[in-house]
Amino acid sequence: MDISKLTIVDIIDGYKEKKFSISEVVGSYIERIEKLNPTLNAFITIDKDSALRKAKESEKKDFKGVLHGVPFGIKDMFLTKGVRTTAAAKILEDYIPQYTGTAITKLEEAGAISLGKLNHDAWAHGSSGENSDFGNTLNPWNKDYIPGGSSSGSGVAVTAGLSTFATGTDTGGSIRLPASFTNTVGLKPTYGLVSRYGVISMASSLDSIGHFTKTVKDSARILSVTAGPDGKDATLRQTLENDYEELIGKDLKDLKIGVPKEYVSEGLSNDVKEVFEKALRTLENLGAEIIEVSLPHTDEGIAVYYIIQPSEVSSNLARYDGIRYGKDRSHFGKEAKRRIMLGTYTLSSGYYDAYYKKAMQVRTLIKKDYDDAFTKTDVLVSPVSPTPPWKFGEKANDPLAMYLSDALTVTINLAGVPGLAVPAGFSTNNLPIGIQFMGPHFSEKLLFQVGHAFEQDTKLYEKEPTI
Amino acid sequence: MNDYETVVGLEIHVELSTITKMFCSCKTPTLQDKPNTRTCPVCLGLPGALPIPNLQAIEDCVKIGLALNCTINRNSFFERKNYFYPDLAKGFQTSQFLLPFGEKGYLDITVNGSPKRVGITRVHMEEDTGKLTHSSVNGREVSLIDFNRSGVPLVEIVTEPDIRSGEEAKVFLTELQKIIRYVGASDADMEKGHMRLEPNISLRNPGETSLPNYKVEVKNINSFRFVEKAIHYEQKRHKELLDKGETPTQETRGWNEFKNRTVSQRSKEEAHDYRYFPEPDIPPVTISDEQLDRLSKAIPELSQAKTKRLIDDLGLTPYNAEILSRDSETAQFFEDALEAGKPENINATTIANFMINKKIDIKKTTPSNFIKTIINQSSLVKIDQSVLEAAISKVLKENPDAVKSYKDGKTQILGFLIGQTKKVLPDANDTDQIRNKLQEMLQ
Repeated sequence: MDISKLTIVDIIDGYKEKKFSISEVVGSYIERIEKLNPTLNAFITIDKDSALRKAKESEKKDFKGVLHGVPFGIKDMFLTKGVRTTAAAKILEDYIPQYTGTAITKLEEAGAISLGKLNHDAWAHGSSGENSDFGNTLNPWNKDYIPGGSSSGSGVAVTAGLSTFATGTDTGGSIRLPASFTNTVGLKPTYGLVSRYGVISMASSLDSIGHFTKTVKDSARILSVTAGPDGKDATLRQTLENDYEELIGKDLKDLKIGVPKEYVSEGLSNDVKEVFEKALRTLENLGAEIIEVSLPHTDEGIAVYYIIQPSEVSSNLARYDGIRYGKDRSHFGKEAKRRIMLGTYTLSSGYYDAYYKKAMQVRTLIKKDYDDAFTKTDVLVSPVSPTPPWKFGEKANDPLAMYLSDALTVTINLAGVPGLAVPAGFSTNNLPIGIQFMGPHFSEKLLFQVGHAFEQDTKLYEKEPTI
Repeated sequence: MNDYETVVGLEIHVELSTITKMFCSCKTPTLQDKPNTRTCPVCLGLPGALPIPNLQAIEDCVKIGLALNCTINRNSFFERKNYFYPDLAKGFQTSQFLLPFGEKGYLDITVNGSPKRVGITRVHMEEDTGKLTHSSVNGREVSLIDFNRSGVPLVEIVTEPDIRSGEEAKVFLTELQKIIRYVGASDADMEKGHMRLEPNISLRNPGETSLPNYKVEVKNINSFRFVEKAIHYEQKRHKELLDKGETPTQETRGWNEFKNRTVSQRSKEEAHDYRYFPEPDIPPVTISDEQLDRLSKAIPELSQAKTKRLIDDLGLTPYNAEILSRDSETAQFFEDALEAGKPENINATTIANFMINKKIDIKKTTPSNFIKTIINQSSLVKIDQSVLEAAISKVLKENPDAVKSYKDGKTQILGFLIGQTKKVLPDANDTDQIRNKLQEMLQ
């Protein structure tokens, strides 16, 4: 059977109509992974036996939840009890966790079946996937091009039909960038909505736990499962929402969509500019009013991000000292070492005020920018990346150029607001280009409404890479 | 020691007696627990584990702050103190730096009859580390880590360098221990390591007011007496060096209780850069009006105030008052007994003397039973035998019928005769003595 196009909704409907069994679906995914993964390198660990066994068990069991029998892939930053979890880093090459984190537990309780662990930039440090200690993940749309990072394997698994959906982490764009580069939907939820418990910390005040899907509706369905307090992450907020699909299907009339002028005024490649302008016309045709807004501190975003994030990274990576598990610190990759050094420096006494403290003050201003913008608009829209995917190696030796590719994604992490990346078009050489919708804190429903309307008009999810 | 002034500041770590640890739901361990049995992903610092702060511990810390007359930082937060050590699971200790829950307080003590105020710099909340043991397993030298203690809530109390002698330090610590017990934050049991003490010691010329240009920290002392001894030892050691024109080395030393001296542990210590920054995994902590009000009210009359009241209002001797105020259970028992003794006209001094001299075990009796004991034992007046005999002769003479009845076997008439005797001798209250004498004389 051809499972490459199936969405969560398709699979659930197919089970109901008895078009196929859970074992057939899971078996087909495993087959496809075994065929394509040697080329694409999306999975670090394929959990074949367990997936097939769980598929069989799920057929006998009563309906567990909204994801009953839906196969998925897990970014290797998420701890899975008994299944090797590497953070795509040599240090944790052989690490087998003693517990499973909240997001994965919730997904499995809702019936989802893990196919295995997905590749990414080691410790989620990177924008291209090239920092993985387990090799590059190739972009199925053109294997010479990077798939975006850090959640490289997650975007590729979903676009290549290696899993129905995949989990991801987004600290500065690590979900939205690869989603944009692989023609998939990527959600970075509001900070404080999905538990970080059991996900290896990168930068604690920025890490958001999200996911990749083929469609917006699928994305909403997963958030309905993963969102909400668990008593294990003190930064979570209680929300009353539980049905994130509620506004899906509603039109965009009377919605004001803001375009932050600082995001689009310069630096966009022609391809991106063209796709973005077309997207704005589509949104207008759907009834939304497009207005220009200003986020005056956008320029400071990258600078602030690259102080706060490495500071927290330097502290979070301290436990990997080689004493109790994993290999010793000499096995850290170049990028991890770079961030540990940057963060150690910016937190040092005598420098703290000039760097970390100042950055936190600007962070407050950035938050305020968004609050102000959302008094005039319902959601904001912008490209995810100033450029389409680039070639492997192009920025690998230029860390600053690599950092700047996050220019349009990091600020919402600093502000803590949600962002939804959806496919918007293709470059002249047929590489995916995505746009992102951004809303106020806990406005995910609204983002799904807008994303779904846009997606149903463009139907880009129907496009598949030729592998 | 006359030619130098001693300057001592104390750092005290108090292990709180909460049911669970600081940031996870593991039970706080006892010394009987096998190593690494009271652990979970959080206190082991496993990847992906996150802290949930223990509200009880935070409130206990605030209570200690209030009892030490501190300003309470109502909007505070936790910070990460970053350093490497094998017993530090996360590579950082979750602590407080910029805004401790309590700061700028003081504790008044009395040393040799003179009042003395010791400033409290800060009272902050943090977590304990694991414990390293160096031993030999199958002939191999190994270091073992027990993470049971990792994440146990600790309150760190830091004093101003106001202490001038070992004796002052000891008095201060004794008073502090009482306060911690009174507010119910910890058993403060020295033998169980609930209080770990670190004096920072230096000497300066008399009249100088600035801090000396060196200090010696003596780490992890577990008894007040050893703190006192360590200070004495260091005073002598520093004086010898200073007399020779040398400055004692700034270093960390340890107390060797067998050799009765301090020993150098780490010298030429580089200034640590702990790279403190706000703990991003824990939202800021706000102490609400309601909370502060409730915590203030929850602080009982503390030992010093109680001692003073027992002396001033109840007329106890300072000695008795101090003993009865040492811990809140004894003090409460005394107060309850005082209440129970009121109808019997038993005064505070009688109760105090009884509790102290007879070493009453307050766990084995109740205040009202204790009062009965006092009535039975203490207030018996021994009447002189000849006086008693004279009185009884008089009673027997005046009540021939009763005497006859008794001799006829109606021994219960004895009660009547005891009563008559007591009328003649209003002070006599030792019924046993009267009864015995009556029986003797009726033979």
